[in-house]
Amino acid sequence: MSRADVDAAAAQPGQVQVVATPPAPSSLTGGRPVRKSLLGDHGRFLRSELLMVFRRRRNLAILVVLGVVPILIGVAVKLGDHRERGDTIFGGITDNGLFAALAALLVVMPLFLPLGVAVVAGDAISGEASTGTLRYLLAVPVARTRLLAVKFGGILVWCAASVVVVAACGVIVGAILFPSGELTLLSGRTVSYAAGGYRLLLVCGYVAVSMAMVGALGLFVSTMTEVPVAAMAATLTLTIVSEVLDAVPQLSALHPWLPSHYWLQWVDLLRDPMATGAVGHGLLVSGAYILIFLSLAWARFSGKDVTS
Amino acid sequence: MTAAISSAGLTKRFGKQVVVDAVNLNVPAGSVYGFLGPNGSGKTTTIRILLGLVFPTAGTHALLDKDFAASAAEVLPRVGSLVEGPAFHPYLSGRANLARLDAADRSAPVRTARARIGEALERVGLSAAAGKRYRNYSLGMRQRLGIAAALLQPRELLVLDEPTNGLDPQGTREVRHLITALGRDGVTVFVSSHLLSEVEQVCSHVGVMSVGKMVWQGALADLATQQRVRVQVRTGAPADAARVLGELGLAEIATDDDAATAVLGAADPEHVVAALVAAGVGVRGFVVERPNLEDVFVELTGAGFDVSG
Ligand SMILES: Nc1ncnc2c1ncn2[C@@H]1O[C@H](COP(=O)(O)OP(=O)(O)OP(=O)(O)O)[C@@H](O)[C@H]1O
Ligand SMILES: [Mg+2]
Repeated sequence: MSRADVDAAAAQPGQVQVVATPPAPSSLTGGRPVRKSLLGDHGRFLRSELLMVFRRRRNLAILVVLGVVPILIGVAVKLGDHRERGDTIFGGITDNGLFAALAALLVVMPLFLPLGVAVVAGDAISGEASTGTLRYLLAVPVARTRLLAVKFGGILVWCAASVVVVAACGVIVGAILFPSGELTLLSGRTVSYAAGGYRLLLVCGYVAVSMAMVGALGLFVSTMTEVPVAAMAATLTLTIVSEVLDAVPQLSALHPWLPSHYWLQWVDLLRDPMATGAVGHGLLVSGAYILIFLSLAWARFSGKDVTS
Repeated sequence: MTAAISSAGLTKRFGKQVVVDAVNLNVPAGSVYGFLGPNGSGKTTTIRILLGLVFPTAGTHALLDKDFAASAAEVLPRVGSLVEGPAFHPYLSGRANLARLDAADRSAPVRTARARIGEALERVGLSAAAGKRYRNYSLGMRQRLGIAAALLQPRELLVLDEPTNGLDPQGTREVRHLITALGRDGVTVFVSSHLLSEVEQVCSHVGVMSVGKMVWQGALADLATQQRVRVQVRTGAPADAARVLGELGLAEIATDDDAATAVLGAADPEHVVAALVAAGVGVRGFVVERPNLEDVFVELTGAGFDVSG
């Protein structure tokens, strides 16, 4: 039975009246059903969390901005002169529309995408603390670990959605403005549009995992303050510091350890054969940082006094 | 009788300040317990500890006879709470806010969610404003929504921190009736308040906090008898009256132009009047002044206006 069925059933006036009679407290707590499926009741909370994230106007505005980037790129390339071609991602746009999506991902990767993730992740706990709703969630009760898990679940979906918006708008704009037949990969080989789409999906997955790391960092930072803007700014600042350090050649010994070092490694997925070594390494680094930040968030939050 | 809330040596230190100091709460099951104390005496902090929001520096407590540290997740669904005013998401409607809290509750059956939310809103008189954004609620509407959230599920214990704060007279009355009705249904209500007349009307037990310490706790009836009842004799001869009162063993005798007052103590008022008349003191008026809760409260916590830092 789907959830819609359940809701529809509960909405019938006759049923409402049956359950609306206030039962004696002891009898009802005794009769409260003990759930077997853990996913069921966590799912309900997660769904509510997703509604909170995706209904919020500020967040919708972020998605709109992300969706506009590939449109701008596509239009600019269409209007610009076409001399600069070759084996770059931007150069490929005029040959195949899929490259509009890839170029857009390249553009949003250093700043826009982390910014959006920092906003949502930095708000996760600190936002609830600043409105005071955190104390009521905990008193419901929501176990602190469960709250972090659901919040991180929401952040993961948000990361995926941001990436998908950029890619999907890119694909659509590319298909409208540019050819959408076979495409030439960065290594010079030609593959079908479908095979190119598959590569794009892999790239999206990789980018989403990279952003999940920013999300985990944001979640950790957001357990440390009651001021959401501070958490967002700190998350974004740390991300940019990592990118800046990565750009200083003298620090090359440090580079492999930087969270953002492998972020653009997904271009390897556009070669033939796919060069998966560095990509795999990038995923490992991201995964490790995600684990570290989540552990820190848990350590910080599980014993924290909530006085907001 | 079992205890709805009990604590042993509950202590919380913020930095150097001991905010809650070895508090031993004893809230009998089925009681309506008024939790009193001046501003900053540690009531809200105690409530936060009880609900697991703040971790005590020392001490333990139990809710509904279950040790809190061991079984918070099991016991909290049976406890409704309002802590330091209501707090909701400003851009969601009242109904959506309750739906979110209900979705977070693993023990709340999804089938009945809509009905329970509707009923809770109905109970606090918010049905008509349920679709409005919380942001646009007035202070009293917010407070009512907070109480509705505490009533989303049938509870065995309600912990309410100043539930009538900001309510209009009708709202205050409603909350008073609600508390009385819940108490009659067997729900234990632990309510902090500054409105002593309200507390006097609804509570069976009180606890009084002062600078982090519990200075008095017990049945409201006991508090009244323990306190000192004063008598006032209006007369043309205050000095004579004072002498007679002294002979009867009354303490703290004071006189002014046309009256003498004293603490009644163990004597009973009928004897005092008879003795005065027998001694030839012309009695124009005789008043027995029973202290109200406010007098008792001030006596226990001091009359000073400044909060203790
Ligand atoms: N997070 C905190 N850090 C430091 N001190 C705190 C903190 N929270 C509360 N206090 C202090 O604890 C003391 C008790 O505060 P609490 O809020 O418990 O008082 P209260 O009895 O609820 O007062 P009121 O009647 O005004 O609501 C105050 O002196 C307050 O300054
Ligand atoms: Mg308080």
